[in-house]
Amino acid sequence: MLTLEKRAQPSKAWVYVAPILAVIITMIVGGVVFAMLGKPPLEAIRTIFYDPLFGDFASYSRPQLLIKAGPLILIAIGLSFGFRAGIWNIGAEGQYIMGALAAAATGLAFYPMEARWLIFPLMVLAGLAGGMVWAAIPAFLRIRFKTNEILVSLMLVYVAEAIQASMALNLLRNPDGHGFPGSRNLSQYPSSANLELIANSGVHWGVMAALTAVIFAYFILARHRFGFDVRLAGQSPRAAGFAGVDAGRLVFICMLISGALAGAAGMFEVSGPAGRVSIDFNVGYGFTAIIVAFLGRLHPVGILIAGLLMALTYIGGELAQLSLGLPGAAIQLFQGMLLFFLLAVDVMTSYRIRFGKTE
Amino acid sequence: MDFSSINPILLLASLMVAATPIILAAAGELVVERAGVLNLGVEGMMITGAITGFIATVTTGSPWIGFVAAAAGGAGLSLLFAFLTQILLSNQVATGLALTLFGLGLSALLGQGYNGIKAPEFPRIDIPVISEIPVLGPILFSHDPMVYVGIGIVAGIWYFLRYSRAGLVLRAVGENHEAAHALGYHVIRIRVLAIMFGGACAGLGGAYISLVRVPQWTDGMTAGAGWIALAIVVFASWRPWRLLIGAYLFGGVTVLQLNFQAAGIAIPVEYLAMSPYIATILVLVLMSAGRAPGSLGKIFHASR
Repeated sequence: MLTLEKRAQPSKAWVYVAPILAVIITMIVGGVVFAMLGKPPLEAIRTIFYDPLFGDFASYSRPQLLIKAGPLILIAIGLSFGFRAGIWNIGAEGQYIMGALAAAATGLAFYPMEARWLIFPLMVLAGLAGGMVWAAIPAFLRIRFKTNEILVSLMLVYVAEAIQASMALNLLRNPDGHGFPGSRNLSQYPSSANLELIANSGVHWGVMAALTAVIFAYFILARHRFGFDVRLAGQSPRAAGFAGVDAGRLVFICMLISGALAGAAGMFEVSGPAGRVSIDFNVGYGFTAIIVAFLGRLHPVGILIAGLLMALTYIGGELAQLSLGLPGAAIQLFQGMLLFFLLAVDVMTSYRIRFGKTE
Repeated sequence: MDFSSINPILLLASLMVAATPIILAAAGELVVERAGVLNLGVEGMMITGAITGFIATVTTGSPWIGFVAAAAGGAGLSLLFAFLTQILLSNQVATGLALTLFGLGLSALLGQGYNGIKAPEFPRIDIPVISEIPVLGPILFSHDPMVYVGIGIVAGIWYFLRYSRAGLVLRAVGENHEAAHALGYHVIRIRVLAIMFGGACAGLGGAYISLVRVPQWTDGMTAGAGWIALAIVVFASWRPWRLLIGAYLFGGVTVLQLNFQAAGIAIPVEYLAMSPYIATILVLVLMSAGRAPGSLGKIFHASR
């Protein structure tokens, strides 16, 4: 009979081993699923994990990797603060949309003025503010009325999607678009375009912002008082109270950080890779970023790696869709599985397995 | 704008239908939470039930078999959650989210090739005599059987929790798992059974959407119904009958906004479409005074 015994201290080794093991198990089980779908499993796994980096068309797909990883990392870094402190903002998708809409509206308000030095920074600020306002709603309701922030932030995703549809069809619709839904193309308007900084590298301002966020988050968590408060509140809310941590303030700051970063991610996306506000320019980064945050162990460097890995499954998934006819839903399933296996393997971090009889 | 096109009797009748998937899913989740487990994967279990029920119905031609398959699909998926949270002691919030993401992917994969097919009709039954009562008859007594199954499940849960010994044990486990364990109750076993019941109910709720309300299959068609069901449980303060009020309130807002859309009211369609979600938030704000079960969401590990 196997029993679990709590470790006195979480295992340092398993903190690193667990995510790697989870990826390996996901590959194996994913291969079985692909085989059941009648696709060659090894080839599918290779197409997803190897070809985007080193395959025949890698020069095309490598920049794509950074383009996809940028928003995932940026959002996941923001989420990681709250998740550490037991504050569950799962509506990053909505904050992402609202940031994008605020930024697009700001940029389009100046169209066709030529003043990149003014307009682009203003759009970044608008993106940050848009996401922040949307995240402030569940934060305020939790502090003032003890409303569950998980449910409120999630409900607000659906509200944001409705606003997005309305914007694409009405207020922000391209007046020269012959009545088609969708805004003007922001990536072709020189003052608002989120350009590639190094040609063919995929590095745009959003990727730079993501890297900056990783570095800042690392120092805040490791060195700053606020990082200490966050970790303390997550491990023992009671102890945090005695140490003078204002719980309400912590909720507010954590939610605002995650909202701001999600909003910024939306801004960089709508002015760059997506290009314009349409009915469905959001592709679920806000939800995938939750997986990224956990897979990266809520640690900035871990999130950086996890974000790149998750971007790889997106790109590789698209390749596998083209070359093997692997259904797109299989990739979504694959990403969900990854989080499942991570949570399963994670038991080893805090517990050890004992063989022998229970008394 | 033409409000005269809105028929109040039809409106109330369709309110009953709109509330049913929420009632089914929320009833299951209520039992799960009373056992002290927070399963945020309702949306994933609903959508899985929606597709397994749809596939079974299209294959066999019988909606009844479809609903059984949906319950099995939802319960099957919930077993994953039960295994992770009860045996491997994982975080319930994260695992519930994973279940939703996984369920959405799984259902999209299973549902390939079922897009655009119409499910065989699930006939309404007019309950003899009482369905002919004017006004009340068409509102209350002229629906498909699942509407009554949903209400029946709520009544059954109310009786189970309040009057049965097993219900008392389940509540004890939810209020204080350490004490229940010390008394010799099998905390894990009871919770796994509760989670499976919750999964089966969520599956039924999902299948009601794909088989009766729409009735078609499209990816992600539950559109947040599972999350609304979670909110309704909080609104109900974990009490079965209040759950019905919450669900009908939600159903009312949904049906009303659809009627406004049809009547061509001057508010854009997109803003009407968001009203059920805003109503849910408002309801959560106004009604979050209830007391949650004592051990809700906490990990139970019997240490010796």
